[in-house]
Amino acid sequence: MSKMTAKEVLLNPIFNNNPIGLQILGICSALAVTSNLKTALVMSIALTLVTGFSNLFISMIRSQIPSSIRMIVQMVIIASLVIMVDQVLKAFAYSLSKQLSVFVGLIITNCIVMGRAEAFAMQNPPFLSFVDGIGNGLGYSVMLIALGVIRELFGAGKLMGYEILPVINDGGWYLPNGMLLLPPSAFFLIGLFIWALRSWKKDQLEKPAFKMAPQVSNKEAY
Amino acid sequence: MEHYISLFVKAVFVENMALAFFLGMCTFIAISKKVETAIGLGIAVVVVQAITVPANNLIYTYLLKDGALAWAGLPEADLSFLGLLSYIGVIAAIVQILEMTLDKYVPSLYNALGVFLPLITVNCAIMGGTLFMVERDYNLTESVVYGAGSGLSWALAIAALAGIREKLKYSDVPDGLQGLGITFITIGLMSLGFMSFSGVQL
Repeated sequence: MSKMTAKEVLLNPIFNNNPIGLQILGICSALAVTSNLKTALVMSIALTLVTGFSNLFISMIRSQIPSSIRMIVQMVIIASLVIMVDQVLKAFAYSLSKQLSVFVGLIITNCIVMGRAEAFAMQNPPFLSFVDGIGNGLGYSVMLIALGVIRELFGAGKLMGYEILPVINDGGWYLPNGMLLLPPSAFFLIGLFIWALRSWKKDQLEKPAFKMAPQVSNKEAY
Repeated sequence: MEHYISLFVKAVFVENMALAFFLGMCTFIAISKKVETAIGLGIAVVVVQAITVPANNLIYTYLLKDGALAWAGLPEADLSFLGLLSYIGVIAAIVQILEMTLDKYVPSLYNALGVFLPLITVNCAIMGGTLFMVERDYNLTESVVYGAGSGLSWALAIAALAGIREKLKYSDVPDGLQGLGITFITIGLMSLGFMSFSGVQL
């Protein structure tokens, strides 16, 4: 991966190396904020910006950071960016920031941000790192927005608060699937998404730990 | 007393960190292949959670909250915007101190937990516990109870998931679902099970 063009770096994480689908990063918030599209959108934008800029800044000072304290340095940079996002949200979209409650703060511990800082920004020049951060943010956003659309549309018959499918209670015809608004549905949907993604991109399949045939080494799947 | 018991039970079952709030999912999925390691990590989380939530509670009450600096002669100061930065600093520091103390005095436990301790810093369940404590305005005793309870809830969930996954690896799963996919669906089912606790009032 020595010579990657900016375009590859940007587009790769969206489907080929999706942070949620393949790298198992940043799942915490992906599940909690997707019960309606609006919070999912805000969360995606916030995370994409934080990942992009934290990658940019960490990459700028990467040769100055002593490796023994790099975690703390990364953490401080990320935390400062998240505080900025949090303050902006509180100032301009107070009700939304109340809905997102602790999950904006949890961007700090979101593994995507740390993971990309550690895996990419520490080795690559600033511009490429910035693009990588945005790319991974977008990969996360695609998943989040898809979940948000499905959960809000079929769970409440609305999108962004506007009625799309008229619900029976209000005299319409659509019987909403309330299950989709509850936490467990997010897990099922992500599971199914991963299934779809991996059936499409065969190279992402994991090897089963045990084949049905006996005497296969139980190599760790990932 | 009843208030604290009810808070504890609520933290463990009704508001399960992993299954109701999806916190600490990354480690939850990555380190739940074996029951022993899962339990080890679970214990580490309980310990760290029970220390960090009260510690952050003290910092919030006496340093950051609006008007908290009155004892220092600064009644107008509101430093709550520094919250996120200080909490994560406290968490990182406590994990580091815990690691060194264990290494010195309880090497056997240190060896058992060794790999997982640093991982805990970036476990969202720890940070989440602190943020929930701030959001709900718990006092010191409540935050001790809540810290222990929420840590235990996470430990319980990861131990249960590891138990299921140990059996699951012998089953014949469709290709695309192998590994991560089926794990998500399993967690979904567990979370559905835990939902039956909701509405339990003590």
